[in-house]
Amino acid sequence: MPIAKSLRAVGHRAVNVVWRIGFATRFLYLTLTHSGMSFRRFQLIVKELFASGVMSLIIIGVAGLFVGIVLGLQGYETLKRYGSESALGSLVALSLVRELGPVLAALLFASRAGSAMTAEIGLMKATEQIAAMEMMAVSPLARVIAPRFWAGIISMPLLAAIFSAMGVFGGYVVGVVIIGVDEGSFWSQMQSTVDFQHDIMNGVLKSFVFGVAVTVIALFEGFDAPPTAEGVSGATTRTVVQSSLAILLLDVILTAFMFRGA
Amino acid sequence: MSALVEIQDVNFSYDQRAILNGINMSFGKGKVIAVMGGSGCGKTTLLRLIGGALKPTRGSVKFDGSVIHEMNQRELYEVRRKMGVLFQFGALFTDMSVFDNVAFQMREHTNLPEEIIHDLVMMKLHAVGLRGTHAQFPAELSGGMARRVALARTVALDPMLILYDEPFAGLDPISLSVVGQLIRKLNDALGATSVVVTHDVQESLKIVDYVYFIADGVIVAEGTPDEIRASDKPFVHQFVHGEIDGPIPFQHAGARSYAQDLKVSA
Repeated sequence: MPIAKSLRAVGHRAVNVVWRIGFATRFLYLTLTHSGMSFRRFQLIVKELFASGVMSLIIIGVAGLFVGIVLGLQGYETLKRYGSESALGSLVALSLVRELGPVLAALLFASRAGSAMTAEIGLMKATEQIAAMEMMAVSPLARVIAPRFWAGIISMPLLAAIFSAMGVFGGYVVGVVIIGVDEGSFWSQMQSTVDFQHDIMNGVLKSFVFGVAVTVIALFEGFDAPPTAEGVSGATTRTVVQSSLAILLLDVILTAFMFRGA
Repeated sequence: MSALVEIQDVNFSYDQRAILNGINMSFGKGKVIAVMGGSGCGKTTLLRLIGGALKPTRGSVKFDGSVIHEMNQRELYEVRRKMGVLFQFGALFTDMSVFDNVAFQMREHTNLPEEIIHDLVMMKLHAVGLRGTHAQFPAELSGGMARRVALARTVALDPMLILYDEPFAGLDPISLSVVGQLIRKLNDALGATSVVVTHDVQESLKIVDYVYFIADGVIVAEGTPDEIRASDKPFVHQFVHGEIDGPIPFQHAGARSYAQDLKVSA
């Protein structure tokens, strides 16, 4: 019965997905309850902030700059048709702080830092370092997982902010310095249209949510990886794919609530 | 002399597959005990049961009078502070230097000032003969050296019970003797009890006080090294002398006949 067989396979996959979401949620809960040590010994978080945050700075900065340059070029093209080149500053800044900054920075963070977290924890598991820690009566959740979790959550909004700032700079270079849009109107339009509460804080909130999603997925996949070479490589791939999908899906939901054109 | 670890009628199975079947053992204080058997006979499972990483399906493992599998997480962690485990390949933390690896438990579990930790780590590394490697990283060490560093880390907090999972696997003859001697010396110096899970007969018979042989999940022989050497039980004889022919079959054939597997009619 091939139909029954494929139906069963679909059902099995669905049940499996629900199980994994359940496990990941429980994992998040346990990570939160084991977070005390991370804050008592803040240098644990600082070390991970360096690994996931500082080490991602270059890719985030460069990507932000390029996106800003492209926005400047494309935006100028379109705005010129309506004779409103002076609105270039608003266009670049709004697209970045509301949307592109948080989303693209999170996607890059997932592939740069998220995959590294998964691979590192998966390999620690495969080489019995996690088991050794357990046997030394040190909770791996408190010592390994929680500091990385908090480092991810702290660094994500900051990286998104740096991405947006670099983007605005890129837009400025292209629009004002190269194309010759009036500098005064570029900045003043931006200042008058970008609202701190509505635009910037919502962008920060988005990147915070993405940070939680990416780090939980990355850490859970690493912790759950089968302790073999294929297991770790599969988990790393899943981290990038699932975090990217999660970021885009969450962005749809958050945008629908935050910016309804009201 | 009272026993530090008592294993009473322990059964363990993964899913439906029985691994251990009615195991009874008793590890006296101050002794070095070897648990031997072929690969996959359940030796490592036994260590995991003693360490509380697994729960027996029947029976109990007692450490210092209390039943391991009835403890909650906090009690289990309390008990594990009195144990040290040497993993098969050392399981050193690769993101930390040798010094930090050995200092790990001291920093996690004690409030000792850093100067004292420094001296203690140097003493532990000196005991395994590797004081000079303190600034190196695990990836820079040879297999034998990594095993000795892991040994220093295992005894960092002077445990009452030291569990060794295949401490001799993959070592050259010199490193093998060094690790063997260290196991004995450290046990006697610390007044600890050591359990060595291994299939290296010759090396372990030199250093241990008592031997258990496990095959197919049951204890098939036990005794002091001299009794084991003199044993005329076919299984022990085959194992001690590494003979190909004997009660342990060379073929792992499964249910189908050779002719069936080759698709020829017999």
